[in-house]
Amino acid sequence: MERYWNAEMECMDRDSLETLQSYRLMRTVRRVYDNVPLYRERMDAAGVKPEDIRSIKDLHKLPFTYKQDLRDTYPYGLFAVPMNQVVRVHASSGTTGKKIVVGYTANDLDMWSECCARALTAAGADNTDFMHVSYGYGLFTGGFGVHGGAEKVGMTVIPVSTGNSKQQINVLKDFGSTFICCTPSYALSLAETMAEMGVTKDDIKLRAGLFGAEPWTEEMRRDIEQKLGIKAMDIYGLTEIMGPGVAFECSEQTGMHINEDHFIPEIIDPDTGEVLPEGAQGELVFTCISKEAFPMLRYRTRDIVTLERGVCSCGRTFVKMKKPAGRSDDMLIIRGVNVFPSQIESVLLSLGNTAPYYQIIVDRVNNNDTFEIQVEISPDMFTDTVGNLEEQTKRIREAVHTTLGIQAKITLVEPKSIPRAEGKSVHVIDRRKLH
Amino acid sequence: MFIRQISIFIENRPGRLAAVTQLLGDAGIDIRSLSLADTKDFGILRLIVNKPDMAIGVLKDAGCTITVTNVVGVKIPDRPGGLAEILQILNRADVNVEYMYAFVNRSSDRADVIFRMDNEEKGLRVLQENEVAILSCDEVYDS
Repeated sequence: MERYWNAEMECMDRDSLETLQSYRLMRTVRRVYDNVPLYRERMDAAGVKPEDIRSIKDLHKLPFTYKQDLRDTYPYGLFAVPMNQVVRVHASSGTTGKKIVVGYTANDLDMWSECCARALTAAGADNTDFMHVSYGYGLFTGGFGVHGGAEKVGMTVIPVSTGNSKQQINVLKDFGSTFICCTPSYALSLAETMAEMGVTKDDIKLRAGLFGAEPWTEEMRRDIEQKLGIKAMDIYGLTEIMGPGVAFECSEQTGMHINEDHFIPEIIDPDTGEVLPEGAQGELVFTCISKEAFPMLRYRTRDIVTLERGVCSCGRTFVKMKKPAGRSDDMLIIRGVNVFPSQIESVLLSLGNTAPYYQIIVDRVNNNDTFEIQVEISPDMFTDTVGNLEEQTKRIREAVHTTLGIQAKITLVEPKSIPRAEGKSVHVIDRRKLH
Repeated sequence: MFIRQISIFIENRPGRLAAVTQLLGDAGIDIRSLSLADTKDFGILRLIVNKPDMAIGVLKDAGCTITVTNVVGVKIPDRPGGLAEILQILNRADVNVEYMYAFVNRSSDRADVIFRMDNEEKGLRVLQENEVAILSCDEVYDS
């Protein structure tokens, strides 16, 4: 039988939900207009006053917010409460290496835990379960987000964080973890380590896992389920909106229910900004209607998504989103890290003697992302010795690692061997077939 | 008496080496000697040709990444220990050999070797002071 953390909200009829959403939206708009200069300027420029927003049907009147706005107001410029009410910040990387920062009040953290508690309950967890958290703890939202939800449910939380796979397997075995959360590729990497250590799925007690923070496929889901002997559930979120738990899968596993009492989703045409009819594929836009410290209005996620309304066999009335089918910008997620091609361009330009002609080749081999950057050699870099070229390669590799935080294989290629054309396709070849 | 060596960056892709040498062949340039340094990902083709200026022009026009380095051709007596003696001279003078390779000649009593040294001015001077026979440009280039 389907279990809910908060049946009243999760199964609310649409009319009541929309009334609740409208009420919360009006209050949020009034508050950010009064407290956040950027929103006030944007709304004034668009000729929209807080009193023009009377229900969710008026949502489309509000201007969009973009990731660039978070960078321009770095670090605290979009916070809607005084800092003495902010009890936590998280951050994620931006396109130029500059981070974006988000904040939470005590109520925000409670709401976040509530959303994750719903996800965990939908995956079958209760207070007798053990939660192995292998998302990173730190500025990244993954670890702390699911951690809070698991504690709310009353699970026994094991905050392992990332890294040291062998030790993770020993903890899984010895501590009797029944639930796990991590990136899907890390789940498969753990499965491989288990095989190397001679540990089988019968030696561990895991029965379900929540996986997200990077794109993954149905094949990966089957692979994880079979290798770890668990049910693998998808969970969606983004730092700007909250973190993991914005949307989560139910037992049907055919899409993720969006916590609509807290976040209103819209699907728009990424080129025109027009709201698209129900069922259309387009860019997902979120408006936070219950957050205090960092309530984004009409935030452009850049994820290309389809929403599906209608009755779900699980009984929840929240709209379901399909797995993102791509991005409307050129961001790549490699080993869970956001990578923009423009970052690589700035690294190459900053080195002085390298030309900004490059191509990124991403693939997935044995469930691990491979990340290669081909760089055209410039006359300034070239001498007749192998040692010099290896030194140049190392220099690029280290600069990329410093900026992106992940390792790339650097391959020098001949001048003009990388196609010159307009658009992002020149810079990125993604062979992972994730969508 | 330096010889000009042309080095060309070669990407590790099928057909690249053939394409570059074909360019020179089509221009009627004779490769007198070559060495290929290769790693897993790229190679450096080093050439001594009969018409260096022309070869440089042809390669640059074709968009190749090249660099020109001064190297020294040393005539080494073809007997045991011949090469070791030369290397000792350079070693005593604190000149390092970055790499070397054979130069094809038609004589049977000596072996010619191309030396790339970290300090080619000093290297050439000590070799000459020790009366080591050096390959002249006339013996390499077409007049």
